[in-house]
Amino acid sequence: MAKRCRVCNGAAQIKRPKTGDIMCKECFYYAFEEEIHHTVLAGKLFTAGETVAIGASGGKDSTVLAHVMTVLNERHNYGLNLILLSVDEGITGYRDDSLETVKINQQEYGLPLKIVSYQELYGWTMDSIVQQIGLKNNCTYCGVFRRQALDRGAMLLKVDKIVTGHNADDIAETVIMNVLRGDIARLRRCTAVTTGTDGALPRCKPFKYTYEKDIVMYAFHKNLTYFSTECIYSPNAYRGFARAYIKDLERIQPSAIIDIIHSGESLCVKKDVRMPVQTTCSRCGYISSNELCKACVMLEGLNKGRPRLGIGKTHKERRLFNEELARQAAEAAATNCNETTTTTTTTTTFTNSKVCCGGKGACGSMGGSGQAPEMCGSNLQSKSESDCVGSVSPSGGGGVAECANSLKKVRIGVPTAKPNLLEF
Amino acid sequence: MAVPITLEFSGGAELLFANQKKHSIELPGSQKWDVKSLLPWIRDNLLQERPELFMQGDTVRPGILVLVNDADWELMGELEYEIQPNDKIVFISTLHGG
Ligand SMILES: [Zn+2]
Ligand SMILES: [Zn+2]
Repeated sequence: MAKRCRVCNGAAQIKRPKTGDIMCKECFYYAFEEEIHHTVLAGKLFTAGETVAIGASGGKDSTVLAHVMTVLNERHNYGLNLILLSVDEGITGYRDDSLETVKINQQEYGLPLKIVSYQELYGWTMDSIVQQIGLKNNCTYCGVFRRQALDRGAMLLKVDKIVTGHNADDIAETVIMNVLRGDIARLRRCTAVTTGTDGALPRCKPFKYTYEKDIVMYAFHKNLTYFSTECIYSPNAYRGFARAYIKDLERIQPSAIIDIIHSGESLCVKKDVRMPVQTTCSRCGYISSNELCKACVMLEGLNKGRPRLGIGKTHKERRLFNEELARQAAEAAATNCNETTTTTTTTTTFTNSKVCCGGKGACGSMGGSGQAPEMCGSNLQSKSESDCVGSVSPSGGGGVAECANSLKKVRIGVPTAKPNLLEF
Repeated sequence: MAVPITLEFSGGAELLFANQKKHSIELPGSQKWDVKSLLPWIRDNLLQERPELFMQGDTVRPGILVLVNDADWELMGELEYEIQPNDKIVFISTLHGG
């Protein structure tokens, strides 16, 4: 078989999935890197002088991303300070090896590395969460916590941007998932090359148009060390089906992946479709479509031994939860002999009980300046926050560095609930 | 006479093979072997679990990349490629998370 490279006529080893181009290794490397450079330029992803955190899991995508970002930063003088940022979920045996992989990458590329753990951010490891809630909904927790963890870690590091290794296959998969779930808000956001530009920490996806096959081939031929495994706590079946579906389509019609992304980009939402209003979580400051973000609701549930709070029929759980908060507020109002409105006293309750500052760096000293939770819980809660893979980019976090610590206080500081009021 | 070859499984595919990445094997018999006949042989002789994650119909499951002597099998005739002594055939899963 003497197939020749279409560029240099050397011996071919690569067949590109998107174009069918046949190439030798060296020509493939260059084409692959320059395509990503093109995505970076076209999307105006970076500005010289920025500090950029690379979300690094030790998996193929982030390993190749760290490599390519290092190459392009030098070749095209991006002038970026690159940092590797990893999340340790606290799953015994799962991240141990992959974090080792990240450490190898760190040495190979000479990049600084920061590892943030669920324990340090939330006061809980995934192992301890599973101990409490069992194996049924742990992926929901992990997905929601992971999404915020990267943002919180990035804010600790005071970076300007996060880049993640989400590739074209991931994005096509996410488009399909959001269609299946009728999640219009996420459907609209998920194809953006940069998300979270309005106030939150921006997140970019330089691999938006890069096929997974190319990424794997690049890693294989370049002998990049990466780690792959199945999460030992059950994988997300739903996303698994979407993934298999995309791969089936790709075999029949390789352009299917890019076609689905284009479909997602081209969709426009009718004006009269109600979209969740983006606000910030009153407890941690993370961007949220509800008064409390999903992670804070889940933490509340965990800390009070009612782990179903953040999952399942969110509307009902949240309504009950909000009623309970309102009741606490009313009680606090009664004991404080206050004439203020419910809203203000609620704020007082939060302050007195040393619940976090809402990420505004005012923990324990905010007086009446905090945001008062409104108890209606009326907004649509996005269902897609329950992915284990966490491919849907969040809109980023609106909080500041202090929040990582203040979150811990939630665990200790939340007023004790009366569980018998809220048995689900 | 048997055909000695090397098989490699990675990207998570090794999890289906007792977490062993490299296998040196000898394909038995005197008949010619191609990738099409190799796949069921692997399934029946090496695979430890969940054959549906390895094969679909008579070929590999979509999402598993195949290389023959470090070249994409699509350049080598895919299922029709006739296996030669000392070939290296690599299977990389892209279905496993990172
Ligand atoms: Zn070439
Ligand atoms: Zn929150």
